[in-house]
Amino acid sequence: MKKSLFLLTLSAVALLSGTAMAGTLDEVKARGKLNCGVSSGTAGFSAPDAKGVWQGFDVAFCRAVAAAVLGDPMKVEFVPTTGQTRFTALASGEIDVLSRATTWTFSRDTDLKLTFAGTNFYDGQAFMVKKELGVSSAKDLNGATVCIQSGTTTELNLAEYFRINKMSYEPVPVDSSAEGERQYQAGACDVYTSDGSNLASVRASFKNPPDHVILPEIISKEPLGPIVRQGDEQWADIVHWTQNALFAAEELGVTKANVDQLADASDDPEINRLLGKEGDLGKMLGLDADWARRAIAAGGNYGEIFAANLGDDTPIRLTRGLNALWTKGGLMYSQPFR
Amino acid sequence: MAHAITFSTREPHRAFRLSMLLNDSRYRSYTIQIFVLMCLMLGIAWLVDNTVRNLALLGKDFSFSFLWSTAGYDINQRLINYDTQMTHGRAALVGLLNTVVLAVLSCALATIIGVAAGVLRLSGNPIVARLMTVYVEVFRNIPLLLWILVFGAIMSEAVPAPNAFKGENATASMIFGAVAITNRGVFVPEPLFTRDLGTLNLGIIQPSLSVVAIVVVVILCWLVHRALVRHAERVQSQTGIRPVTWWKTITVLSGPPLLLLWALGFHLGYPELRGFNFQGGLQLRNALIAMWLGLGIYTGAFIAENVRAGILAISKGQSEAAHALGLRPGKTMRLVILPQALRVIVPPLISQYLNITKNTSLGLAVGYMDLRSTFGGITINQTGRELEGMLLLMLIYLSLSLTISGSMNVYNARVGLKER
Repeated sequence: MKKSLFLLTLSAVALLSGTAMAGTLDEVKARGKLNCGVSSGTAGFSAPDAKGVWQGFDVAFCRAVAAAVLGDPMKVEFVPTTGQTRFTALASGEIDVLSRATTWTFSRDTDLKLTFAGTNFYDGQAFMVKKELGVSSAKDLNGATVCIQSGTTTELNLAEYFRINKMSYEPVPVDSSAEGERQYQAGACDVYTSDGSNLASVRASFKNPPDHVILPEIISKEPLGPIVRQGDEQWADIVHWTQNALFAAEELGVTKANVDQLADASDDPEINRLLGKEGDLGKMLGLDADWARRAIAAGGNYGEIFAANLGDDTPIRLTRGLNALWTKGGLMYSQPFR
Repeated sequence: MAHAITFSTREPHRAFRLSMLLNDSRYRSYTIQIFVLMCLMLGIAWLVDNTVRNLALLGKDFSFSFLWSTAGYDINQRLINYDTQMTHGRAALVGLLNTVVLAVLSCALATIIGVAAGVLRLSGNPIVARLMTVYVEVFRNIPLLLWILVFGAIMSEAVPAPNAFKGENATASMIFGAVAITNRGVFVPEPLFTRDLGTLNLGIIQPSLSVVAIVVVVILCWLVHRALVRHAERVQSQTGIRPVTWWKTITVLSGPPLLLLWALGFHLGYPELRGFNFQGGLQLRNALIAMWLGLGIYTGAFIAENVRAGILAISKGQSEAAHALGLRPGKTMRLVILPQALRVIVPPLISQYLNITKNTSLGLAVGYMDLRSTFGGITINQTGRELEGMLLLMLIYLSLSLTISGSMNVYNARVGLKER
């Protein structure tokens, strides 16, 4: 009797745990929407607008992936994450892709078992102070109180920068960018440090932006990009090549406005391969032929997305800098579609 | 009669059949218990197996070696030596000590507020009693996290910045020239010793020898004081006359500690404004104050109800009997009511202390660097060891809680009903 019960237990365990993990692509298709992890509200990168629709640079990227995979850029469920919850959310399968200003580092790539699907924003850590403090260099910040988002690479960079420059500081850890903004504005810290783009975004949301200066020192390299779980190569390829499609579209002059027209009547073999008229690149990726066309139609090419969310016409007013195409002196470069 | 005996002796010899597992009441309970146990084991086996498989799928191993790698991040409030080049394990210890300090401070505050509010709620003065009712109902019916955020916001938004203390026409000034309340925290004078005894090297922690010496002397003095009181009681029970002890008590309790402080060259270091911020003195950061007030006042409301329940549980006849025997109200409270009320108060009080200890993990909301924020937050995030980190975190909180409830149970046994 005991023996048969034991065997029953064993077989039940084997049965229950036998369910294998399906591929992320199949899961997303079956679900009918993409779960995308974003930051919990950074103007220009990811924040809901007045109508409750998520807008921003990181958001636009998720919409492009959703358009490529599901055919509809609005079929995205945005999951707000904090610096501390983002990797757990990805590892546990709560989100399919993390598009949240996350720095590509060696240890995150190897030890945290993440797969970085490319870099879509080259950033660096900077400091913002109130103008009235009269500080013009980060070297003058000895003894300052610094607000910092907990669980980020900026936290480690900050500690290192002050240590090698033999300065002391008082860290005030905050949970989110919004909380950091509040503490900084209330004067609970002298300095707010984060990625330069994030600071520009924060400053743009202040009542009087010229009262705050972003110090010239950039103390780190912060290559930011979308991340997926390690171990699902097909899904990583889809995210990586969707991003490449946006870079390539800018390089080839394919825009939101002319993508449909070019897809029907273009002689350029590269454009034809990208938009699915020639070859069967989409099939190799596990998608249909029109995937890149839909991704570009969702929010435009990389340049259009940048201009619409972070460019001169927005309150954030970031210049392209390193984020220009490689042909224009920047670092944005797509592997060839061939 | 004989018939019944033969019947009952014959019964166990009947052959065992499988159906008896369900039909026979002698075996049924065992069957059910074994079945439930099997289900439980099945569930645990499934969880473990699932974890192992998914870890293998992600290519992750299970190891605690990250505890010995360099942490790299700063912790603002540290009771022991710590810098960014020390290990994650050390950072966890710093966080644990911050958790313990916050828990102890909050338990003390909650007890003081709770006892006062509980007693005052029974006061004959209707205004005082109603006010206490308002306090209890307002605080215990709004989530703790909101209270912590409210106190955090008050500390950062409603108090002056350090530079308001600067210059000719400063808009803020220090209280008695010693305490500065700023939006960077409250700065209070710190105790300093001109003839410091240095530190005691115990490996992972290095307590100050001066502080250790003071603690030891205070404990010794208190033991002597207790011996004095016991002697006085013995004399009283033998002769009926209690010897005068008050001047001996004062001498014993205050003499040696004061002498030691004088020998160590005790003085206070006052905070003063230098550069961006106040330097010197002891900085109680906003996060600590917000957590302390939030936890203390919120939990105080629950303790107040426990205290009120404890006092109301003692029947009126007890105090009437005490008065009839000629005991004054103070003595009635101390000798009759309180010893009985404590039996009712202490067990729920243990739960409240445990709640406070566990609720310190909300510290991250205001940036308090407790165990959850340092080890459970930054370390797990930087190393990606969620499973190991969370298991260790649970184990630490479990042992902390068991230690508290263990020692409180000892106290409960002492104040409990002693049946002779």
